Amino acid sequence: MTAFPRNQWYVAAYGSEVGRELLGRTVLGEPIAFYRTADGAGEVVALADRCVHRRYPLSQGRLDGDTLVCGYHGFTYDRTGACVFVPGQKRVPRTARVAAYPVVEQDSLVWVWIGEPALADPRAVPRAPHLAGPGWTSVSGMEPVDCDFGLLVDNLLDLSHETYLHGGYIGTPEVAETPITTEVDEGAGIVRVSRHMDDAACPSFYARSTGIEGRITRWQDIEYHAPCLYLLHSRVAPVGVLPNPDGTDPDAFHIEITYAITPSAPGKVYDFWAVSRDFARDDPEVTTVLRDLNHTVVMQDVDALNILQRALDAEPAGGQELSINIDTGGLAARRILARLAEEGAAPAERVS
Amino acid sequence: MSGGPGTEVFRVDWLPGTDLLHGVCHCGAEHVAQDPVEMWRWMLAHPVGHTA
Ligand code: FES
Ligand SMILES: [Fe+2]
Ligand SMILES: [Zn+2]
Repeated sequence: MTAFPRNQWYVAAYGSEVGRELLGRTVLGEPIAFYRTADGAGEVVALADRCVHRRYPLSQGRLDGDTLVCGYHGFTYDRTGACVFVPGQKRVPRTARVAAYPVVEQDSLVWVWIGEPALADPRAVPRAPHLAGPGWTSVSGMEPVDCDFGLLVDNLLDLSHETYLHGGYIGTPEVAETPITTEVDEGAGIVRVSRHMDDAACPSFYARSTGIEGRITRWQDIEYHAPCLYLLHSRVAPVGVLPNPDGTDPDAFHIEITYAITPSAPGKVYDFWAVSRDFARDDPEVTTVLRDLNHTVVMQDVDALNILQRALDAEPAGGQELSINIDTGGLAARRILARLAEEGAAPAERVS
Repeated sequence: MSGGPGTEVFRVDWLPGTDLLHGVCHCGAEHVAQDPVEMWRWMLAHPVGHTA
């Protein structure tokens, strides 16, 4: 199993999912209750989702203004996690408090810091500006998968699987056939994998959204900010159409595919996905096509990963893998995840 | 996180038309391998065996 890297930011939800209804999510095994304050700031609050009284999940309670009332016996918490009311008595025990998690809401995503709160640096949250920025239209969703989060990282770092698992939808023979380049930025914890196809068949995902008929120049540039954020910069144009020397690229279609890979518990991962485009931005038909097709593609991966995890679980220990050139990026990502997990291991755990 | 962005970049190119991988360490050393496991083993051994 892939070790969880602590002391990192993780996407817990879309901003649109967090409002005046309590939302429960489990991140790196930690159950968390989310809500948005009613004051003008509308800030996202993230509290440990277990009441100090009898451990009832606070996400099953209700909001009273900006305080959270436990749904079992009414212990009431403010946004810092301090208990401010208990039923039937005036004295609130001094130790009555739940943890409040550092939160950043940015680019339409709600990020939560898992680890030592004092180490949380909001500037370290990686950006996905297209998700909320001008010039882009996005569709998005989230699917829980019953697999080790490392299997989802493997899946996304090696897109040659598009040819086989997603044949016709986003895969064509050229994807698996075209060599990749891989770059690892150690300090920043970023893995880049690029595959530039000069002359490729146009799969239905791009044919139906762009209207291109015939063959395409197709570039896939992956940027994986370990552990959570995965960006796939996709550029599609009729064969031979290249960006201008000054970098402008008016005749190509750009699609930003975003994933947030958030480990929920051992063997469970949240698969957040989004597709952003810079063309046909107000065309509802294109929106529908991209949402439906991408959901289909994501579910092909979800089904495969659920099957793969069950197969691995049923196997006796010592089953061997065999890596080939297509795995260069995935292997780099695994190694960075292992390093981050080691760095994030609490000192208390280290000495034990 | 240690270091800043761009401090240490490793690069591996799959040479078109071949099954070979060509690696370049941040120190400038180069290496050709047939298999990515071996490539990363060489790369991460830096500076051992990285005489350019
Ligand atoms: S369990 Fe929350 S008030 Fe009793
Ligand atoms: Fe896939
Ligand atoms: Zn070196």
